Amino acid sequence: MIEICTETLASIRRRLAAGELSAEEVVRACLERIDTLEPTVHAFITRMDEQALAQARGMDAAGRGPDVPRTHPLWGVPVAIKDVLSSKGVRTTCGSRMLADYVPCFDAVAVEKLKDAGAIILGKLNMDEFAMGSSTENSAFGPTRNPWNLDKVPGGSSGGSAAAVAAHMAFGALGTDTGGSIRQPASFCGLVGLKPTYGRVSRYGLVAYASSLDQIGPMCRTVEDAAILLKVIAGHDARDSTSVDAPVPDYPAMLAERFDLSGLTVGLPGEYWGEGVDAEVVTACREAITAAERLGAKCVPVSLPHTAHAVAAYYIVAMAEASSNLARFDGIRYGFRDGQARELIEMYRSTRSQGFGEEVQRRIMLGTFALSSGYYDAYYKKAAQVRRLVQQDFLRAFDQCDVIGGPVAPTTAFGLGEKIDDPLTMYLTDIFTNPLNLAGLPGLSLPVGLAKDSGLPVGLQIIGPNFSEGLILQVAYIMERNLPVLSMPAGVEQNRS
Amino acid sequence: MKISHDEVVKVAALARLNLSEEKIELFGVQFNDILDYIHTLNQVETNAVEPLYSPVTHSTVFRDDVVRKDYDRDALLANAPENDGQFFVVPRIVG
Repeated sequence: MIEICTETLASIRRRLAAGELSAEEVVRACLERIDTLEPTVHAFITRMDEQALAQARGMDAAGRGPDVPRTHPLWGVPVAIKDVLSSKGVRTTCGSRMLADYVPCFDAVAVEKLKDAGAIILGKLNMDEFAMGSSTENSAFGPTRNPWNLDKVPGGSSGGSAAAVAAHMAFGALGTDTGGSIRQPASFCGLVGLKPTYGRVSRYGLVAYASSLDQIGPMCRTVEDAAILLKVIAGHDARDSTSVDAPVPDYPAMLAERFDLSGLTVGLPGEYWGEGVDAEVVTACREAITAAERLGAKCVPVSLPHTAHAVAAYYIVAMAEASSNLARFDGIRYGFRDGQARELIEMYRSTRSQGFGEEVQRRIMLGTFALSSGYYDAYYKKAAQVRRLVQQDFLRAFDQCDVIGGPVAPTTAFGLGEKIDDPLTMYLTDIFTNPLNLAGLPGLSLPVGLAKDSGLPVGLQIIGPNFSEGLILQVAYIMERNLPVLSMPAGVEQNRS
Repeated sequence: MKISHDEVVKVAALARLNLSEEKIELFGVQFNDILDYIHTLNQVETNAVEPLYSPVTHSTVFRDDVVRKDYDRDALLANAPENDGQFFVVPRIVG
């Protein structure tokens, strides 16, 4: 059955559409794989085995199940979703004790679109609580382990999504990215992870962390797979007023429209390639850039001078928005309540103190402080001004180049427990991913090989102007075919069934 | 600027959190570290810079004023920690 699981999403959907495999066979293969690996990897918060099998059987029995024709883009393809996306009738915890028993009565738009496309959802994936973290260690349901090395974190906050796809438990997953939460775990687990342009994918039903930064995107094993998933979930939605009313290109078809990188200019920001980046990461990314040059790309130096200040601006904006968004958890309409508290304010306080984990409390506190009377201009407004400068840096850089390339993160996956007691050090790992969320830009993490010392995957970040996902995917697709192919993740290989 | 113990206590009240004495101490130390780092923003000259609060240009979206019923009451009450079948039940507010 492992043979089925090792196929790409693109290939499995072709075989399903052709009737070579039944949806049930493919779902069973994934469930077997999950049974084998889940005890060590712990990618899932909630498994949906029964629903997935029932849906598959219904689809196989033409005319009896949900009426989804085999021509639909994801007919019978098993995928999984980060547990921050609302799923009708299936608990949606956000990795928090606060929502441990919360069962939404609606689907997030991205989830609805997956279902409409014929996908089968295998379950809800682990994450840092409310997407606040870079390691998936802040989950109330315990940490996820990196399939490449079980002593390492998978990255975060979409660590469950990354681990599930890297371990071949699912053919693709949805993650969310507020400051790097798709790209950094994709980089740590050797996946293609795409954060779309802000507004490309509807956020309706995504439990909000920082609303001006959050975006949903695909995490897959190949560029083509990511293109297929993005096409399914992208598009305008009247229920999200920040979703942009722009046509959705046929991303998978666009991949066949370009054969090399001639005529493409890649900007290399000095700030992303200098001090503070591990040598093995620089080496792996440089080799990928050299490959791009061989394929016809022209590389030019560019400058993003406010990079050094982006993390500080990002965390103020993110924490301020978080403190406001998470005010909704009051123990009244949904979620945990401390039933012992007799007075209203005390009920709020004891409910929130028991329901939220430490990192969430820290961010709510800092956000509340930054927005409090007398400090607003010094922190929130200042951060928003620096945010404008970060955006202008990118706009200027794109006058000189088509895409920008650099490492996704300064290191490969770090050890479990290594940074969890030092929040500031953890925040600083986001230095190359935060700026895109501030500016709203799309960025893709492309696996470029294994680092020579740690033996762990390295991701190259390909950044483009707003709504250039098609170009980014084309560039990544051409590079992918000229870069080392990753093996089965070393940490779970011995568990092959 | 340093954040004092009393300020941490005040912010916890604003954020509707109860913090143990131990947590107040820990957060106090961590906040000062984090804010020292945040203060590096003061190196950036921003006097003439318009703040950017959202990466997309927002325009007010109008739609027809049509009554819709998306969810029924039972579905919305189902997740409430306490309800009476019609309303959310909260602790007594007025004595």
